[in-house]
This record gives sequence, structure tokens and C-alpha cells, in this order.
Amino acid sequence: MGPQHPSTHGVLRVKLKLDGERVIGSECIIGYLHRGVEKIAENRTYQQFAPYVDRMDYVAAVSSGLGYCEAVEKLLVVEAPPRARVIRTILTELQRIASHLLWLGTHALDIGALTPLFYCFREREEILKIFEKYCGARLTTHAFRIGGLQYEAYDTLEKDVERFCKDFESRIVEYETLLTQNRIWIGRTKGVGILTAADAIAFGVTGPVLRASGVKWDIRKAMPYAAYDQYKFEIPVGTTGDTYDRYLVRMEEMRQSRLICLQAIENIPSGPIMGKVGKVLKPPPGEVYHAIEAPKGEIGYYIVSDGTVQPYRVHIRPPSFINLQAFDRMVRGHLVADVVAIIGTIDIVLGEVDR
Amino acid sequence: MSLEIGTDMNALQATNEFLRLYWAPLLCGVAVVAILPLIAGYIVLVERKIMADMQARLGPMRVGPHGLLQPIADAVKLLIKEDIIPDNADKLVFWLAPVLSVGAALLSLAGLAIGPAFQIAQDINIGILFVVGISAMGIFGIVLGGWASNSHYSLMGALRSSAQLVSYETAAGMALVSALLLTGTLNVKSIVEAQNKEGIWFVLLAPVAFFTYLVASIAETNRAPFDLPEAESELVAGYMTEFSGFRWSLYFLAEYTNMIVVASVATTLFLGGWLRPFARVPWLSFLDFAPPVLIMAIAAYCVLRVPKQPTRVQQLFMLAVAGLCFVTALVLAVPVVLPIIKPSVREAVAPFYAGIHGGFWFIFKVSVYIYLFMWLRFTLPRYRFDQLMRLGWHFLIPLSIINVLLVGVALIVGAYFHLQGWGLLLVTTPAAILALVAAFFILAVEKGHDARPDQTATSDFYVG
Repeated sequence: MGPQHPSTHGVLRVKLKLDGERVIGSECIIGYLHRGVEKIAENRTYQQFAPYVDRMDYVAAVSSGLGYCEAVEKLLVVEAPPRARVIRTILTELQRIASHLLWLGTHALDIGALTPLFYCFREREEILKIFEKYCGARLTTHAFRIGGLQYEAYDTLEKDVERFCKDFESRIVEYETLLTQNRIWIGRTKGVGILTAADAIAFGVTGPVLRASGVKWDIRKAMPYAAYDQYKFEIPVGTTGDTYDRYLVRMEEMRQSRLICLQAIENIPSGPIMGKVGKVLKPPPGEVYHAIEAPKGEIGYYIVSDGTVQPYRVHIRPPSFINLQAFDRMVRGHLVADVVAIIGTIDIVLGEVDR
Repeated sequence: MSLEIGTDMNALQATNEFLRLYWAPLLCGVAVVAILPLIAGYIVLVERKIMADMQARLGPMRVGPHGLLQPIADAVKLLIKEDIIPDNADKLVFWLAPVLSVGAALLSLAGLAIGPAFQIAQDINIGILFVVGISAMGIFGIVLGGWASNSHYSLMGALRSSAQLVSYETAAGMALVSALLLTGTLNVKSIVEAQNKEGIWFVLLAPVAFFTYLVASIAETNRAPFDLPEAESELVAGYMTEFSGFRWSLYFLAEYTNMIVVASVATTLFLGGWLRPFARVPWLSFLDFAPPVLIMAIAAYCVLRVPKQPTRVQQLFMLAVAGLCFVTALVLAVPVVLPIIKPSVREAVAPFYAGIHGGFWFIFKVSVYIYLFMWLRFTLPRYRFDQLMRLGWHFLIPLSIINVLLVGVALIVGAYFHLQGWGLLLVTTPAAILALVAAFFILAVEKGHDARPDQTATSDFYVG
């Protein structure tokens, strides 16, 4: 199956060993989109590398960017000012909704429901418009800078976000009417691709996939970054760790993200948006690991500095790549039709898997 | 001399007979083959438009006003595409398969009566059987095509398709039997006439059979949510994966023709064929005016939209469409308006009326049925193959068999009490309710042993 196949979400190639239509083994073949992002980092200055991380998870570029900026800030021992942190939180949560919407649309499409895709894209479009108004780009935004923000929030940002959040409440109900109680949808997702909590932890799976297995682990709560410690939100967890649970978890996460956005726009502190960082960034020699909760799981940056303007080594922990490792465990014993459902439910982006 | 005239008359009659028997059907057949691709193209356009409407977008808008010429553009594109036959394909079978598919689909149209006067194969007494049998032949085209293209996706699609057809043909057949019990004939025209005589459509007398047929017919035509043979996200395009251009369009044509065929069968058997709704209720005869008024309304709408068209050509095109609708509406209006003006012509226009109004109602009902197909397609996710089989064998087939028995018993009871027409509802409604109870019972049993995929399947996997 693949690399050119309608539902491998890019260029994933899956070798399947079949007994009739039953899968008895699988192997993911990746690397079709390898660009050597980590190696590129060694020949770029810290600021120059920032746009590259947007090209990994290109449907959640804001989150990748946030992780990188915060990692370098940690290395520099500077902190972004409060205003910048709140705006970062708003944009990142919007990005989470956008990413989950894209997942929902394509996942439903894989299972054969054509219509949710367009509804999801309709709302995602609103979010992308907000991004475009903020920084001029829709996908590979490069929204944040090391030390804070490049751009001040535009005048109607709060209003736009508020309007979106208001509309979104009923929209999410709309998706749920189409899918949640649908017999066919339940039949296709319940009991499919079960990942137990122990397995999930053993594979290092993170994000909604882990939480659907019943492990309450969310870096936003466990190791708060940006401005998450100021807001109230719930971490939804599943029970069985099947595809249906992952669906429910992500739906609830979208609701929670919406609540975070609403809380955040209520009170955006005034003040500067850029911390005290120089034009030339020369972090002291040392190493740092910083991870944030991206829509797809824990995205971590391990950066080693040798005191020059370029990082000595950057290692990225991409959630898609690591979550994909659990694919074989989830897919065994299922039918070919379930394979696409499981690829969809892991929510991978090949740009991030291959880097 | 007189003898000569007699021979002439005889010869004329013989020629007439010959014309009626051979040439008229041939002409009709040619007309069907020539027009059907166009109709199928426009069904696709309508489908895309409805889909777009349901999905908050516009659909085709570029070719012609509101994309009205899109089907023609598509057809031209398909015809001039390169004709690819994969290297390892079985060339003869690859060539033959789509032709077989489309041939079967078109042939089965011959047995259908669109109105009392429009039927290509006149009065075959096994009408329904002929239609169902021939349309099922189309599966050969699919299986052979899937096999001949020498690709995994194609083969899997073809196998799924055949398994699906075999499973659901049984349920559909049983559903048809329930309806046939009510008439005792397979002749298409007699079935409709029987519904006319009873004054009630069979969908009311055998609702469960109609429902079973609806589900089975969606599965038979490989439409969503049962479109597994061409499940895009799993099998790329199923049995059609290796086909392109003209061959692909033949498959496409076959698929849409099959849709028309199953919709026509359902219309004939359950929805009163070409009969107007409530044909026997006198005070509802104003419904006769519905067809011309409806089409006139479309014409008016087109005229209203003219100023909104961006270019002059598109405005003219819109006017042309309006004109076409206007003429159609006039033709439909003539047989209902004339008798009012001049009551003496009532007898004369009666067959004319039956012909064109029958055609209108038939096509209307077929369209509604096909709309139902589309609606389901845009709303529901796709079944998985094992679920599909389970639904067919464990639910639909038992249900339809039980229903046949119940309808049979109901009819015997009805005959005993000399019930007719609407009176038959007295016995068939309890039968339908019993069938529904049976359906819930079957579902409950099903839930009990809901087979889960085998989680323990393992293997030492390597790919090399």
C-alpha cells in the first residue's frame, strides 16, 4: 500500500502481509519526505532555523515553532514577556483545533464519510484566516520569534477569535451529529486498533493517542509552558484505547482548546512582546531538551550549543514518527479496511515523520 | 383486382407488423444507447451539485452556467484520453470486460416500461425476472475486468463486488417476491396495472419488502455506504484502478445505468410505476397539473436567473434552458388543459396523456429514488467488508424471507375475507409490524455474538 495511495496521508508506504483481507503483519516504510532537517540546523543560525521547523508538521506549524522558540529561550535563559506568552497560547490552541479538524475530516473521509471533510475545512479556513491576518502566512506561519513575537497582535484579533469560538461551539455539535452516534461509524471505529496503556507507554506514544488509552499525560498540565498555567481546562482520557476513543478524545480536546482561547482573549496583558535578546544569538555552551504538547503529541527539541551562532546539534522528537511505531501493534488481526482507519487515527503528518 | 388489393393490404399489414416487432424496438434501442450516456452524465452533474449543496460549496460552475455543460466537457475529456492497457493485463478480457458490463446494464433497460406505451421489448411476460437477471450479468464485467488488469487492488475490488452481489441479490430477490405475491405476474405492465386496479401502491402493502429492496439495491449497485468494491481510501479505485479513458467511462456508464435500472424496478414494483400519486382519488385529480406547473416553475426560475449570469453567452444559454423547460411544460399541459376547454376530445387525448404524464411520473419517481441514493452517500461512512456481509446474510436475508412468509399469510387471510385495495392494509400492516419485530429480534441476536476481529493473529513478519 502506498507510497501513492489516496489514504496514506502523503507518502507513507505500508507493506502488509495479508491472509485474505486479514492483516497478519505490517511494516511502515518511511523516508520519502526526508529532507535532513536536523542536519540543516547545524549550518543555520538559531533564528535562521526557526522557519524550517514549520515545514515538519506543516498542518500544525505554529506548535512546532513554539516548541523550538521555547527550547532556544531555555538555552539562552531568557523568558518571553507575558503578553507574548498569552498570544502564543491563543495561536497554538487555534492551531490545535485546526490540526484536529484536518484530522477529523480526513479520518472520516478514509472511513467513507465524504461530508465532514468540507465542514471541517470550512472552520479550519477561519483559523487560517486569523493566522494570515496575524503574520501573513496560513500554513508555514513562522509566527513566533526566539524571545517573543515579531508582530504585535492586530487590532481585531480578540474579536476574530471570539467570533470563531462562538461559532465553533455549534459546529462541533454538527460533526458529532454526523458521526458520534452513527451505527456505521461506531461499527468501523469501536474495537479497532486497540492500544493498551502499557503498550502505549512502552512505544513512547504521546498525545491524544496516549490519552485515549487511559493515561492522563498532557505536558500542558504536567510541565506548563507558555501561559497554560493560568487557564482552566480538562484533559480528556479514553478507556479502551480504540479508534472510537481516540475520536472522542480529540473531539473533547477541540472543545477544551476553544475554552482556553476564550479564557485567554479575556485578559491579554499589555506590555512588550519581545524579551531581552540580542540581534546575534550566542547561547552559552550546553544542552537543553524542551518539549511541548503539539496537537499530535509531545514535540521535543534537544539542542546542543557550542557557544557559536549555530547549534552544534539539534535533535527533534516528532510525535508522528514515534506514534507511528505503534501502528503494527494496532493493525494486526484487522482487515485491510481497518488499516486506513488506523493510519487516520494515529494522525500522522509525513513531513514530521520523515523530517 | 380485389385479390391484388387484398395482397397489398396483407403485405402492408405484414410490413407494419414487421416494423412494430423489429424496427421500433431497434430504433428505441439505438435511442437509449445514444441518450443514456448523456443522461448518466447529467445524473453525475446533479449528484455533484447536490453533494456540493450539502457540503456548503458550489460544485461545478465553470463550464456553462452553473456547470450545465460539465458532463459534455467530461465526456470529451474521457474520449480523447490515452487508452492505456497495462503490460501484464489479459488484453482480450481487458477489452471485453467493460463492454460486457455496460451491455448488460443497457440491455436490462429494455425490459422496463417507462409509460404504458414506452417499452422496448414489448410485453415480455417474465419482465422483472429478465431485468434482474440481465442486470446481474454486469458483474461478469466487473470480475473479469478486475482479474484481467492484473493488479491487487483490482482483483480485491472485483472479488468484493461479486461476493457483495451474490449476497444482496438474494435479499433483493426475496423482497421482489413479496411484491410479486401481490400481483401474481412478472409482466412489468401488469404489475403497474394491478397497482392501478387496487388503487394502492405496493410500498404501502409491503413496506418491509421495499425497505429491504432499497438497502439491497444500494449494495447491488455498489453505491455508498456499500461502495466497497471501489472504496477509494482502501482499494484506490477497486476494479476500475487500471482502467482509464473510454473504458473507464464505460464502467461509469454501467454503474449509473444500473442505478437507473434498480430505481426503475423499485418504481415499477413498489411505487406504482407511471401512475400519478392517488390516481384513483377523484378530488386529487388536480395533481394532473403538477407536472406542467413544476416544469414551468423551473423555466421561470431560469428566466429570473438570466440577469445574474456574468457573460452574454451564459445568459443566452440560460434562456435556452428556460425555453426548453417551457416547451416541455406546454407539451405536458396540452392533455390536461384540452379536455377542459373541449370535453369531447377527452377520449382522444387519453393515450397521449397516459404516455407523457406517465413518463413524467415514472422519471420523477426514479429521480427521487436516486436522490435517496445520493443523500445516503453523502451522509454515511462506509461499511467494512465483514460488517457488510454480516448485514446481508444475518439481517437482510432472514428478514426478507420472514417477510415473504408474512406477506403470503396476510394475502391468504385477505383473500379469505375478500379484502381489496386499501382494505388489504388491514392484513398487511400487522404483517409488516410482525416483520419489524422480527427485525429487532434479529438485531438483538446479532448484537449477542458481535464478532470482533481476531486480536491474537500474529505472525513472524518479514517482507523481503
